[in-house]
Amino acid sequence: MRRALRIALVATALLPPAAAARAETLILSLSSRRVQITQSYTGAELVIFGAIERDARSVARPGPFDIVVTVKGPRGQTVVREKTRFGPIWVNLEQRKFPLAPSTLSVLSSRDLVDIAPPEMQKRYGLGLANALGADNAEPRFREALIRLKREQGLYVENPRDVTFISGDIFRAPVPVADTAPVGTYEVTVSLMSGGLELTREKTSFEVSKAGFEQTLSTAARQHPWLYGSITAAIALAFGWLASVIFRRD
Amino acid sequence: MQIYLPIAELPVSVFLILGLGAAVGFISGMFGVGGGFLMTPLLIFVGIPPAVAVATESAQIAASSMTGALAYWRRRALDFKLGSVLLVGGIVGTFLGVAFFNAMRRVGQLDLVIVLSYVTLLGSVGGMMLFESVRAILQVRRGAPPRLNQPGHHPWYFGLPLRMRFHRSKLYASVIPLMVLSIIIGFIGAVLGIGGGFLMVPALIYLFRVPTAVVVGTSLFQILFTMVAATILHAVTNQSVDIILAILLVVGGVFGAQFGARAGQNIRGEHFRLLLALIVLAVGVRFATEIAVKPDEVFSLGQVEVRG
Repeated sequence: MRRALRIALVATALLPPAAAARAETLILSLSSRRVQITQSYTGAELVIFGAIERDARSVARPGPFDIVVTVKGPRGQTVVREKTRFGPIWVNLEQRKFPLAPSTLSVLSSRDLVDIAPPEMQKRYGLGLANALGADNAEPRFREALIRLKREQGLYVENPRDVTFISGDIFRAPVPVADTAPVGTYEVTVSLMSGGLELTREKTSFEVSKAGFEQTLSTAARQHPWLYGSITAAIALAFGWLASVIFRRD
Repeated sequence: MQIYLPIAELPVSVFLILGLGAAVGFISGMFGVGGGFLMTPLLIFVGIPPAVAVATESAQIAASSMTGALAYWRRRALDFKLGSVLLVGGIVGTFLGVAFFNAMRRVGQLDLVIVLSYVTLLGSVGGMMLFESVRAILQVRRGAPPRLNQPGHHPWYFGLPLRMRFHRSKLYASVIPLMVLSIIIGFIGAVLGIGGGFLMVPALIYLFRVPTAVVVGTSLFQILFTMVAATILHAVTNQSVDIILAILLVVGGVFGAQFGARAGQNIRGEHFRLLLALIVLAVGVRFATEIAVKPDEVFSLGQVEVRG
């Protein structure tokens, strides 16, 4: 009983002051829940559709709605290394590990993030590439390098024009899946923003997986490495032999 | 036309890889070298992860040395006994090399090790070849007969214990220096993704005075089996062998090598060695600039272990 009361109190405290009436809710739909990597895979694009649901009891907002879509790929340990001059050559001397950095990260929004929320609010809600990375104790230069390198590889994307409103309450955004994106679960978080505050957020996810022949090969490489290695070597030898037969001149 | 590589986990252009295979195959057919020292860096350059490039290249070398070894075997220019002794050492060396490769990859210095080794190896081998071929060209110009190897005294290491007689190679020497040589070359080959023919051939000629006629065939025989072992060991220990990439490289390389072999017959010996020396040196210099010049980007991303 006391516990329920405490939860109720905390919940009330978290609500924006004017939200005694009902807040908006988000309804999301992804064009596909599964991206399959096959022989001809060169990247993919999903589309996320969303509707902002409100009724007569919803609060009237002074400003327009904004949407921020954050897509995080499977997390994994990423190491950032820094080359330093060591005698006549450049060597990787220092390194920082980011144990939970998402392998891919896309931040799509309906406007520039600075126009949607002030920096301290972006940080609080984890909006933008730097904030979505999460906390860690690496020096800023390593974090910046991580983001810069990942952006160059096309794995981290920030695009402030990609969320478009089809009508006042319905929006869409293309979710890019890079050609080098790893397999796993991709988390999609959509934040509904207004007046610099997050009104609500909704999550969904999709899977990237290898399919068919690609799947067979990479599974074989991991689960039957002896067999896989021997078959690769055998194929190579067969081709070598074939060539000597085809081009035989003596 | 793009094709997705299942192990490298990225799409590549089929024609680019076939073309690379053909170009390097042309050079390797022309000069009788494996071409690994050219192919591995090129693959890294087009974006294949270094670990996958090194591991997969060993499969391609196995294929091209198979073709070569068969041709020499038909001409009976292959010493199986010597080749087998070198093979034992080669496999031991490969085993150590793959272990070293995996250890360096874990501590994040693999790139540096690969680059430094390439600079040292290609610089010294290329320099020696350049020196030797220029001297030979000058001698031919002056009209002096090409210098032959003097039979002379046997070097001291022939007399170590475990002497063996290799009839076809006209060699009676201790197995120990042969083992040491092949372990070293096997080690280097596994770490760098090269066959090591360009090390083995001169070593057998100059250090062991094996007749040139049987050297190339024997070296190819040894490389063939060492690279089969390297392919399997890489597949088992680091799962970096990409079978699709390997097949593309093999197909391109096989055709390139045939045309290269024909083109090679029209070049004179000394000029031929000079050209090869220049190619080897050029690759070495390319690597040297990579670590000696201040990089545009001092940061790099390391091995990413994705927890699916």
